[in-house]
Amino acid sequence: MLTARVIPCLDVDAGRVVKGVRFQGLKDAGDPVELAAAYERQGADEIVMLDVSATPEGRHNARDAVAAVRQALGIPLTVGGGVRSVDDAGALLEAGADKVATNTAAVSRPELLGEIAGRFGRQCTVVAIDAAANGDVWEVVTLSGRKRTGLDAIRWAVQAVEHGAGEILLTSWDRDGTRSGYETRLIAAVAAAVPVPIIASGGAASPAHLVEALRHGADAVLAASIFHESDYTVGDVKEAMAGAGIPTRPVPERGQGSHA
Amino acid sequence: MTVPDVVVCRTGTANLASILAALRRAGGVPRTGRSPDEIRAATHVVLPGVGTFGAAMDTLRDTGTDDALSRHIESGKPLLAICVGFQLLCRSSEESPNATGLGLIDDGVTRYPDGVRVPQFGWNSLVPGSGCRTLVAGHAYFANSYRLEHAPRGWCAAMADHGGPFVAALERDALVACQFHPELSGSWGEALIGRWLAMPC
Repeated sequence: MLTARVIPCLDVDAGRVVKGVRFQGLKDAGDPVELAAAYERQGADEIVMLDVSATPEGRHNARDAVAAVRQALGIPLTVGGGVRSVDDAGALLEAGADKVATNTAAVSRPELLGEIAGRFGRQCTVVAIDAAANGDVWEVVTLSGRKRTGLDAIRWAVQAVEHGAGEILLTSWDRDGTRSGYETRLIAAVAAAVPVPIIASGGAASPAHLVEALRHGADAVLAASIFHESDYTVGDVKEAMAGAGIPTRPVPERGQGSHA
Repeated sequence: MTVPDVVVCRTGTANLASILAALRRAGGVPRTGRSPDEIRAATHVVLPGVGTFGAAMDTLRDTGTDDALSRHIESGKPLLAICVGFQLLCRSSEESPNATGLGLIDDGVTRYPDGVRVPQFGWNSLVPGSGCRTLVAGHAYFANSYRLEHAPRGWCAAMADHGGPFVAALERDALVACQFHPELSGSWGEALIGRWLAMPC
């Protein structure tokens, strides 16, 4: 049986992991290679690495950091930030990413998703959607929250899948970094609208929040600060999931592999 | 023991960096190759998953790699097929209805039924059948929209479940074919790759 995934997120700026509230006020949280390896040992099912400064500064993603993390990491790595073309995606995959996430560039030109899926496959193609509440609906925001697009988040999710996205990284911009819990209504609405897996993001403060997001239709849960600040380990989250009857991959035992 | 000479087929756009990194962590010294000569020279060959079934078969045929692979398998040398690489060993796939696979497994690959999340992304548990040696119980990482439904005769199969049972992996002699990604399956996957690398060549 397929298990629900727990995904620590590394927001990377200039080669260091950072954490801020609503993408602003960034603080140093450590070295990406050390953190990624530590999270794998804790039982992380996947790692997401986002270059948070790439799009606002109009530069390319830090490929060196991706290559360094890849050497140390034995689980899947999704990379996003600054992906504007098929060649950008190809360079990240060559450096060691298994999946590539696009956000701002896909909103500007949705065909990009089809181009990436056409060359590398749908299983490599992740669309990251940042959604902000606007009355009873959610609006897509881009440029790390700096731009409101007027686009309905649910409608965009459906279109993105039609264009070629194989997975949705869904972030509640209102909740991100606030530790007030995931936006479960948004998760449920998107999960009901598309057939592809949903990674829920934004607002986690406790294992109970992650369990809640999974119960509302997320296939995977992403969190950053609760792990970076050592409030909880991935193992703590998995224990809570198992207690709630959610299928989970057990934390690997030490010594199972040759380097574990 | 002879040091294995591991060649990863460079058939286009696979996640080569992840495969090479995992082979190195498991103690191998891998290189990539795309010509039939490079396949012939290798003791161990990895056939990774690449794009669609049809495009991957076209690449294999255009480069003459299909024959080199078939001969490698016939001679009993170790082969590790991954994801679409696993599917290429089958006769056909619903993903590319007009394409013909290598046909070593006399069955077709089909799409998952409606109502289950596709692609299947994530860790699923494997139940190995009796006789499996390289494949052991554990959780493996999958990223696939198509699958082989029934275990073929003459192979040891490990099964998993996603909207019904499907073939998670097969083994026969020195051939190990995984629908999942051992290179992304953590320490469990690394140990599997280590057992495959240790096969006599």
